[in-house]
Amino acid sequence: MQLFPKIPLADWVDRFVDMLTDNLEPLFDGITSGIDWFVEGIVSILAFPPALVLIAIFTILAWWSSRWPVAIFTFLGLLLIDNLGYWDPTLDTLALVLTSVIISIILGVPLGIWASQSDRFRGIITPILDFMQTMPAFVYLIPAILFFGIGMVPGIIASVIFAMPPTIRLTNLGIRQVPEDLIEASNAFGSTTKQKLFKIQLPLATPTIMAGINQSIMLSLSMVVIASLVGAPGLGADVYRAVTQIKVGIGFEAGLAIVILAIMLDRISQNIGKTKN
Amino acid sequence: MEKAKITVKDVTKVFGKSPKQAVKLLDQGKSKSEILKETGNTVGVNRASFDVYPGEIFVIMGLSGSGKSTLVRLLNRLIEPTSGQVLIDDEDIVRMKPEQLREVRRKKLSMVFQRFALFPHRTVLENTEYGLEVQNIGKENRAKKAQESLELVGLKGYENSFPSELSGGMQQRVGLARALANDPDVLLMDEAFSALDPLIRKDMQDELLELQESMEKTIVFITHDLDEALRIGDRIALMKDGSIVQIGSPEEIMTNPANDYVERFVEDVDLSKVLTASNVMKRAETLRADRGPRVALQLMKDKGLSSLYIVDKKQKLLGAITADDAAKAIDSQKDINDILITDLHTVTPDTLLTDMFTKMADSSLPLPVIDEADKFKGIIVRGAVIGALAGNETESTKSEVS
Repeated sequence: MQLFPKIPLADWVDRFVDMLTDNLEPLFDGITSGIDWFVEGIVSILAFPPALVLIAIFTILAWWSSRWPVAIFTFLGLLLIDNLGYWDPTLDTLALVLTSVIISIILGVPLGIWASQSDRFRGIITPILDFMQTMPAFVYLIPAILFFGIGMVPGIIASVIFAMPPTIRLTNLGIRQVPEDLIEASNAFGSTTKQKLFKIQLPLATPTIMAGINQSIMLSLSMVVIASLVGAPGLGADVYRAVTQIKVGIGFEAGLAIVILAIMLDRISQNIGKTKN
Repeated sequence: MEKAKITVKDVTKVFGKSPKQAVKLLDQGKSKSEILKETGNTVGVNRASFDVYPGEIFVIMGLSGSGKSTLVRLLNRLIEPTSGQVLIDDEDIVRMKPEQLREVRRKKLSMVFQRFALFPHRTVLENTEYGLEVQNIGKENRAKKAQESLELVGLKGYENSFPSELSGGMQQRVGLARALANDPDVLLMDEAFSALDPLIRKDMQDELLELQESMEKTIVFITHDLDEALRIGDRIALMKDGSIVQIGSPEEIMTNPANDYVERFVEDVDLSKVLTASNVMKRAETLRADRGPRVALQLMKDKGLSSLYIVDKKQKLLGAITADDAAKAIDSQKDINDILITDLHTVTPDTLLTDMFTKMADSSLPLPVIDEADKFKGIIVRGAVIGALAGNETESTKSEVS
């Protein structure tokens, strides 16, 4: 009884994705090997020192950026993870999170700056960001597999898509929130757009931008289990395995490790933003 | 006539969607509120024209919403004029390309802001350096200039403080130092002292006047405070609803208000802080010191005076004598010099009435007015002062009744 025939949206999307895979394969291959190389690099750096040394480094980082309660939490939390035998998957997860956050910053901060300078660009990017954040994250996994195969890389791509919007949004917001009279003063003394951006707007927007990056870290952590569905190694894979085999204990252990990692990264990244100003 | 530093010709700013249409209506003589009703556009500044001469303090004053802050921003194009010209040294700011405009802002125009607008992430020195920094002047050189500028405003020793650590008055000194650091010809001061409390405001006004003695910048000063305008302005432009309603010296504005609006504005002003000795001075009889007491007494009798001022050949004031003393001197065969009263309180022609009240109370004789060369110009009698102060009151009561 339909008045109009069903719009074949699914077919269109399929055909579009097919076209991309056919035509842009070299590009996707390049991205895949690039990201792969980067993640491997991070994992091998993290895995190079003994667990205790890395725990000490993180504890010092937490103590320097935050206060001693965070440092104690970091120390005990990481010791617990090591004791439970989740050290290697934790490093994989950490590498996944760090890589997607670094990509989010490299892409997100310039896009945010652009959005702050151009109302038109902001108008274009805002609905795209809404789409990226509200489309269920699982959906990204399907084309990610097609484009980037199985493993760490499609997981990272899906994480970046999901985690990058806050960095873009808050960079834009932070720059736009710089008080009007400071912008006026900067203009009145004959600043160029670039001078105004680097001497006034970005320094004053830093706390807001750091809040955005903090959000991106938390969102990409929330993607680790989903990323494991496409074969990304790490704590997410342990959780996923525990779910499929209905092993409550293991699921709890792996989940707890993710929580410890999340709290540690959240506190450290939050406080780095504060101490800078 | 001296050549103007800034010439503003028919500058108009209309905020809204169809400014050109609003300008046409303005030319047809429609008012600000009519245009708002018909087109939804707000007239910020309505065909303002004036000249500012080198070295003068030109005050633009009006109540909030009169368009004065918009007008000052049209001078350095922080706000884009809808029409008209702003000539600085004969160059039209309005038609300049962005690079030229930046150059003018860097070298010729500086601005001081109402809420200071200091950069919170930079130290006092870094704030002061900002105008030099954007010109890519070397680090040492700009630190030196900024340092000089800070010393000028009395902030030596605060270089490494952050603005948030300073009081309001000190913050605005930083604002002033920042504006002076690149040695501009023109200072634009937008309600620069309005955010300060009254005592500090007065200090800052004094200091600005003192600095101006040596700097001789061209200053455009925006204020809503008439007392401030009268205190520091060489000339004052009064604004209402975006239009300039009168331009003149403080005295012209006070004594000759162009319309009811200006009159209402000025009627509450303490006249003793505006009128000077030259406004109430009377001509007085003088006598050369080489004449005898007999001549002096005769002169006083003829004119009905009880005292007389004695000058030398060059009209320099030597002192005064009273009729009683002159009569005694004739009896005892003394000279005028023997009965001369020399410890007289004197005032200069530009002394404000408010500053001569104590002197008047202290002396039994009228106050002599002398210029910088001690030349006798006239006298101040109490009646004239009271008359001048009362004159305003009767006038303003009249305008209230009518």
